[in-house]
Amino acid sequence: MSVASQDTAIRTGRVTRTLIYLVLLLFALFYMLPLYVMVVNSVKPLNEITGGGMMNLPQAFTLEPWAKAWSSAQIGVDPTGLQPYFWNSIKMVVPAVAISTVLGALNGYVLTKWRFKGDTILFGLMLFACFIPFQIVLIPMARMLGLIGLAGTTWGLVLVHVVYGIGFTTLYFRNYYAVFPTELVRAAQIDGAGFFQIFWRILLPSSGPIAVVSIIWQFTNIWNDFLFGASFAGADSQPMTVALNNLVQSSTGVKEYNVHFAGAILAALPTLLVYIVAGRYFVRGLMAGSVKG
Amino acid sequence: MAHTADTDFKTRLQSWLPKLVLSPSLAMVLVFVYGFILFSVYLSFTDSRLLPSYGWVGLENYSKLWRLSHWEISLTNMGIFAALYITICTVLGLSLAIFLDQKIRAEGLIRTIYLYPMALSFIVTGTAWKWFLDPGIGLENVLQTWGWTSFEFDWIKDRDFAIYTVVLAAVWQTSGFVMAMFLAGLRGIDNEILKAAQMDGASNWNLYRRIIIPQLRPAFLSAFVILSHLAIKTFDLVIALTGGGPGRATELPATFMYSYTFTRNQMGIGAASATIMLMTIAAIMIPYLYAELREKK
Repeated sequence: MSVASQDTAIRTGRVTRTLIYLVLLLFALFYMLPLYVMVVNSVKPLNEITGGGMMNLPQAFTLEPWAKAWSSAQIGVDPTGLQPYFWNSIKMVVPAVAISTVLGALNGYVLTKWRFKGDTILFGLMLFACFIPFQIVLIPMARMLGLIGLAGTTWGLVLVHVVYGIGFTTLYFRNYYAVFPTELVRAAQIDGAGFFQIFWRILLPSSGPIAVVSIIWQFTNIWNDFLFGASFAGADSQPMTVALNNLVQSSTGVKEYNVHFAGAILAALPTLLVYIVAGRYFVRGLMAGSVKG
Repeated sequence: MAHTADTDFKTRLQSWLPKLVLSPSLAMVLVFVYGFILFSVYLSFTDSRLLPSYGWVGLENYSKLWRLSHWEISLTNMGIFAALYITICTVLGLSLAIFLDQKIRAEGLIRTIYLYPMALSFIVTGTAWKWFLDPGIGLENVLQTWGWTSFEFDWIKDRDFAIYTVVLAAVWQTSGFVMAMFLAGLRGIDNEILKAAQMDGASNWNLYRRIIIPQLRPAFLSAFVILSHLAIKTFDLVIALTGGGPGRATELPATFMYSYTFTRNQMGIGAASATIMLMTIAAIMIPYLYAELREKK
């Protein structure tokens, strides 16, 4: 990927450069604006917001809205705060990410190193599944979850997210393993290594970068999902996004904007942290997988 | 004898193992995706209301659907939203990518700032913009407090303009991602051609117009495919930002389907609308995936 780091050969004058920096700065402000609004308003008392001070820094700094959003705000019928829903999301995301990534790795391995007639069509079928509007599966999925006794449970949501996530994880691992030297696999086969031995000893040790991509992608998508959570979750398995929406849309009582903003940050924090800590590994891993095609 | 039978079994197992490993995923996809699609399409031809029912009604749901003003509004909104969202994201993404490609200081930091909205849930994005655009406490109120008393900005409460606030929030969320796609494309362009053209006296404008932008065709195509499929699937953002309102001013096909199926108990019509959404996405995705997978062989 040496080309990827090349800079352009375009030369620009001083005035043009100043203008470019100005535009870039302006858009940086545009992208930062909602985050700024959320952060400053989550640490000020309500009257500072309603009094026209949304853009101001807090005059009386307080963490009260955060405490309230986390542990005592009214969500639906109970004043539980977002805390239980945060754990619901964790309990759903961790197994769903793990299972879909493992399946994606195995599928990618089979589809590149044990190719058979028609494998590309099967992969195409799996890939198209990533892009369908999920409205088309909502009704039968609700029936199916009821039928197998998983309606309204966290495990039901795990199943849903695994099913509609393996297309992407398979895509990532397939592209990554496609450029992995097949000769190594053949040589190991001649030495008598079996299917799982080859996977375990030869492919898996070098799968780190793409596993990171798959995990980040799945984590972000599943954590941020709203449609499936709103459609299939029961009272005690609702994920964070659904709870946040209930908090914000609640029509009873005074609208506590500062609590809403604190709640929004709480819902955004896990994926934001993943992006800041591991974002560059995501891009790097994607690059490694897309060298060819 | 026993020994050979044993190895025989082993080799046969080995040759079946790859397909065996693939089969659970494949079975899941066949049942949960393609089986379910067939089931939903079938429901769109039945008299299902609160629950699935199997009385065949032919195309009745479709003809009902196309007579509903609610559906017509959803489609018009989708037209406005998709056209603006795709165009603005593409133009903005390409422009920012070109600017960012001029040996900019702190490029990494700027890229991080442009891209982070992509990591957020649409519910979070919707909440932030909902209150920022709210005339009572947000921008309008702030500028009035600062002294510009005649300032008005109440698009989010205005039936004629609310859909543009959905465009604004959606562009905010994804334009950075489109920028990254174009930036990757720009970094892949061979500098030697550019240098040669520069020697011939080509201006920067002409370099971009004649040489660089035409070479970004694949990036344009992927951006279009990704943005159009995101546009058709837009659901959470509308729920969080406007709830489809005011009135029905920001209803989209995805929210239409949800309310007809789950709150109005018109499952047949809901299934018909979902079928139309699927066909629209299939018309874009299938040719694209077909071309992509064929190239890679």
